Amino acid sequence: MKALRDTFVLFGRSMRHIVRSPDTIITVLITPVMMMLLFVYVLGGAIQTGTDNYVNYLLPGILLIAIASGISYTAVRLFADVQNGLFSRFNSMPIGRSSLLWGHVLTSMVSNAISVVVIIGIGLIMGFRSSAGVLAWLAVAGILALFTLALTWLACIPGLTAKFIDGASAFAYPLIFLPFISSAFVPTETMPTPVRVFAENQPVTSIVETLQGLLHDQPVGNDIWTALAWCVGIAAVAYFFAVRAYKRVG
Amino acid sequence: MAIQVEGLRKSFTGVEVLKGVDFGVRRGEIFALLGSNGAGKTTTIKALATLLKADGGTARVCGYDVVRQPDKVRDVISLTGQFAAVDAILTGRENLVMIAKLRAVADPQKTAASLLDRFGLTDAADRRAGTYSGGMTRRLDIAMSLVGSPQVIFLDEPTTGLDPEGRLEVWRTVKELAQGGTTILLTTQYLDEAEQLADRIAILHGGRIIADGTLDHLKQLFPPAKVEYVEKQPSLEEIFLAIVGEKKGQ
Repeated sequence: MKALRDTFVLFGRSMRHIVRSPDTIITVLITPVMMMLLFVYVLGGAIQTGTDNYVNYLLPGILLIAIASGISYTAVRLFADVQNGLFSRFNSMPIGRSSLLWGHVLTSMVSNAISVVVIIGIGLIMGFRSSAGVLAWLAVAGILALFTLALTWLACIPGLTAKFIDGASAFAYPLIFLPFISSAFVPTETMPTPVRVFAENQPVTSIVETLQGLLHDQPVGNDIWTALAWCVGIAAVAYFFAVRAYKRVG
Repeated sequence: MAIQVEGLRKSFTGVEVLKGVDFGVRRGEIFALLGSNGAGKTTTIKALATLLKADGGTARVCGYDVVRQPDKVRDVISLTGQFAAVDAILTGRENLVMIAKLRAVADPQKTAASLLDRFGLTDAADRRAGTYSGGMTRRLDIAMSLVGSPQVIFLDEPTTGLDPEGRLEVWRTVKELAQGGTTILLTTQYLDEAEQLADRIAILHGGRIIADGTLDHLKQLFPPAKVEYVEKQPSLEEIFLAIVGEKKGQ
């Protein structure tokens, strides 16, 4: 109970940080939004995906890129807390042990949810349409939330262990590129075999295809279970290592 | 005894920093741990504040073992680290309210207001802490440590990096606290600081306490004052006054 209350106090604190430096949301949004414009209006005409409107096809991938870049701020905020001694202060206080990390994780969930909503809004302006019902939208929200949770716990590890600020944020770049080597932007059929094998078996593809299926009222088959397994698996492993790193910080 | 340390040992990657540290601090006392940079002062403080596990020996704060009863210890202590640990993006008031909520104080707003008043920060209360001067930041830092009236306060080099005025402010605060019955363990590398503030002084050198006692006691350890005759060079002031005086006499 006390741990829950502490988590919300600390969550309120880092949400204030975001409200007072809205650039952290704007900079997270710029790259995915520019990419969406570039892919739809510059490259989109030449890309054959089998859908009439390319924005319908690529939106899930753009959302995942936005989340992958958004979570690097969690690493940066954690790094700052460790560096300026606030972590030591909190850790020498009677606070629930897990509250400090959960405060940051909740903040990441909420700020990424804001980014996702804004990008879907811009997508709608660009002609994105979905035939999904309420239940399918809830499933989309659930999978995106789980994906955010998994990557946020992953972000906690460099945030707690990095020696320099660049190290805390740089780990996100490979994550941002993962959607490109998947079926998020073009179908995997045209890729050379080794790339295709990687693309078809990496976590992002199952997540993207589940989202595409849900948004366009198509059967998702086993993809949704593969996607869930990836998210839960990554979250569990990252959580374990994040908590271990946290105990070492002191 | 408010603090009891026996045979405390700690190594970092093969380097033995603490080789068996013993000392005790009585309730309501100001105790100074004196030592040069790297002597292990911060390591000792961190072990006492439950942030770091020692390799050997025992440490008790208010009767609670720092390893076996860390939660009990955290309830009665507060730590002011070497670098002021305040949240720069929050205002002074918000910093205090946050700590008050985490310490589960009955009326966080009232606690914050009275501490702001006590530390002369009322005018700056609603400005971001990041805009404060060094002295103000340190005052806020110490004010945050007093939320919830802990019985034992650790001050790790509280005046390092402060200008002479800020230093005097901190000294005044520490003396006031001790008058209120709080036990204070402070570390310092300044001899005059220990001389000014401490009821008792321990010198940490080479991983051990090599001397421990009141200032008078420590003075007795050294040979008695000796009378020496030294030829005195006139200062510029004396020369100036002499010349001016001669002119007047003419």
